[in-house]
Amino acid sequence: MLELYLLLAVMLASALVASETKNLLAAAVALGLVGFSVAIMFILVQAPDLAIVQIVVETLTVVIFTAVILRTTEVDTTVLGSGLKMETAMFVAAFLAFGGLFLALIVGVLRELPRFGEPVMRVAQEYVQLGLERTGAANIVAAIILDFRGYDTLGEATVLFTAVVGVLTVLRLAARKKPGEF
Amino acid sequence: MKGMSLIVQVITRLMAGILLLYGGYITLHGHLTPGGGFAGGVLIAAALILVSLAFGSVEQVERREYILSSIFESSGGVLFIGLALAGYVVVDSFFRNAGLYYLGQPLQLVSGGIIPLANIAIMLKVGAGLFAIFLALGASRFVMRE
Amino acid sequence: MIPYIACVLLFLIGLYVVISKRNLIKIVIGFSLIEYAVNLFFALVGFKKGALAPIITSGEQVRMGVARNFVDPIPQALVLTAIVIGLSTTALMLSLALRLYEKYKTFDISEIRRLKG
Repeated sequence: MLELYLLLAVMLASALVASETKNLLAAAVALGLVGFSVAIMFILVQAPDLAIVQIVVETLTVVIFTAVILRTTEVDTTVLGSGLKMETAMFVAAFLAFGGLFLALIVGVLRELPRFGEPVMRVAQEYVQLGLERTGAANIVAAIILDFRGYDTLGEATVLFTAVVGVLTVLRLAARKKPGEF
Repeated sequence: MKGMSLIVQVITRLMAGILLLYGGYITLHGHLTPGGGFAGGVLIAAALILVSLAFGSVEQVERREYILSSIFESSGGVLFIGLALAGYVVVDSFFRNAGLYYLGQPLQLVSGGIIPLANIAIMLKVGAGLFAIFLALGASRFVMRE
Repeated sequence: MIPYIACVLLFLIGLYVVISKRNLIKIVIGFSLIEYAVNLFFALVGFKKGALAPIITSGEQVRMGVARNFVDPIPQALVLTAIVIGLSTTALMLSLALRLYEKYKTFDISEIRRLKG
């Protein structure tokens, strides 16, 4: 699994670049690199459904970020570059202490999970063995999201509809410029 | 929204049909190969965004596109709820797979009961919804002054 | 164990960006990093060494008694909708950021708090 560890290192390095750079377009591109390494890791873990959806969604996310950035403050961020060094260093040190404590507690929880590569498939055994004859679909993941657990897909359709209505409502008010209207 | 240069327009004219066809293929074979409604819907939204960016548009065209994508998204949602209610009417409970098992064999295109129709409904909903979001975020200013 | 710890590290980087940065676009990028970390963690839980993707391909696997060696399909089904929901949440946050920029002409949250009065 050497490729998996290399991709994890690339993902963490580009996440650090996305958080520290001053140029907003570079941050959006680094976010795209994080998404693509996650997609390749989905392929290595034998999940082709997730890889297809992750690649296309990642491309659309970078396009939407670039559309917003180019429409507003062109390129640079408005955070001061130099100055206030002491405050930033103290904040970083405090966050590193909190992060170390968080990791120490999480490792104790992660030991309780089954080892990486040997899952306990108690419910999934029935879906895998009897999925084809109960639904007739050869893709077991599609059979799960549309037949066995169809309510989750209904909830996702509702959330997507709410997000579209929310975006159209928030940006509609931006077009009114006459005084007296909100 | 302005269009882009001539090279981009020529390539878009060649590729837009292939992208839409590929999105439909991934959706319709969602019960046989990886993919399904979500991947096909986002691909169709990406193809429509490509055409809209490469050729530009004026306010009238954007208003018509916004109305059309609202109609498609709502019809996708209504189709999905209709399929869920069909399980209630035909078999016994809400969201039950409403049969038609005798049509087709496993591993063929016609199989799996309701699952291909539900994939088409999800594709309409996701594709039209994401295109409407992009129109609102990246288009000209007064597109929805109604 | 090591891939799980890398997912937790990505989550901590995203949390740091949300807490400490003052630019609105950077805060939205931090939220996206948190969502990628959670999706990746779910997909890594279901991995089984030496198994195949959960799709029945050839004719011999259609019969009933054959044992199928597949990766766990339930975490994949849960993550599949979560990825699209993450995209719609990011779009909603960006539309709010755009609206704030058009009113206050800046992305800096300290300036916005000062101008709000």
